[in-house]
Amino acid sequence: MLESIPYARFIGLECDRFGDDLIFRLPRKEQNLGNPILPAIHGGVIGGFMELSAVLYLMMAQETLRMPRIVDFSLDYLRAGLDRETFAECQLTRQGNRVANVMITAWQKSRSQPIATARAHFLLED
Amino acid sequence: MNDSLRMERVRRFIATLNQACELGLAVESAGKGELVLRLPYSNFIVGNPDTGVIHGGAITTLMDTASGSVIMCALNDFELCPTLDLRVDYMRPAEPHRPVFARAETYKITRNIIFTRCEAYQDTGETIANCVGTFMRIGQDATPKAYRDLITGGESDQS
Repeated sequence: MLESIPYARFIGLECDRFGDDLIFRLPRKEQNLGNPILPAIHGGVIGGFMELSAVLYLMMAQETLRMPRIVDFSLDYLRAGLDRETFAECQLTRQGNRVANVMITAWQKSRSQPIATARAHFLLED
Repeated sequence: MNDSLRMERVRRFIATLNQACELGLAVESAGKGELVLRLPYSNFIVGNPDTGVIHGGAITTLMDTASGSVIMCALNDFELCPTLDLRVDYMRPAEPHRPVFARAETYKITRNIIFTRCEAYQDTGETIANCVGTFMRIGQDATPKAYRDLITGGESDQS
């Protein structure tokens, strides 16, 4: 599935499965950088990585190949995303009939020190 | 500071952001506390291969860059302000094969925080997404002088 999404290849998103759990990975990539001084990953890339992780996570959770449509995305940046591998995991906070609420956490060095957290609503079309 | 100077600064700033260059972000216009950026359509940022619609992540990067860069159009001296948060509301998918524009403005500037608003739209006039953001002012000295000079061209403009 990842192969078929150009944007996933563009930022270099990868995914590992541990039993039922999914961990999304964004390997270090020079083209993803924003701030050249630190250097740090562009905040938009971190957002895109987390958003796409949530889409893939929902598709897996629902066992569907149809992409859910994003309604809104709220992103808190907690630390600079340095030029290194980034991880993300998602949690389905609530799934209703038409809308799903997903929490996303991204970290680098340690899961207990997230670089960003996000919350997204998706429209589930039937 | 006049508008062409503002555009020049934003251009130089964006040129230092790898991801913005990868996406081909370009400055359309700049004014006091206002900025319009353009994201060209390309196949490699498609999120849904069935429809050719670009991924929200590219829109997020466009809006984050516009919201972060508009600060340069509001302040006379260059300050690099990290993003605290962004909230993006998606109105409709972007129509494929057309560029997406982002118009950003600073609507409140305080000693510590800058509040921004941004709208992403296409030349059909349809709004694609709205975004509000907050940015932290960490001060001029948090950015190396060499980098500040690179963006401002070494001139401080108090006019």
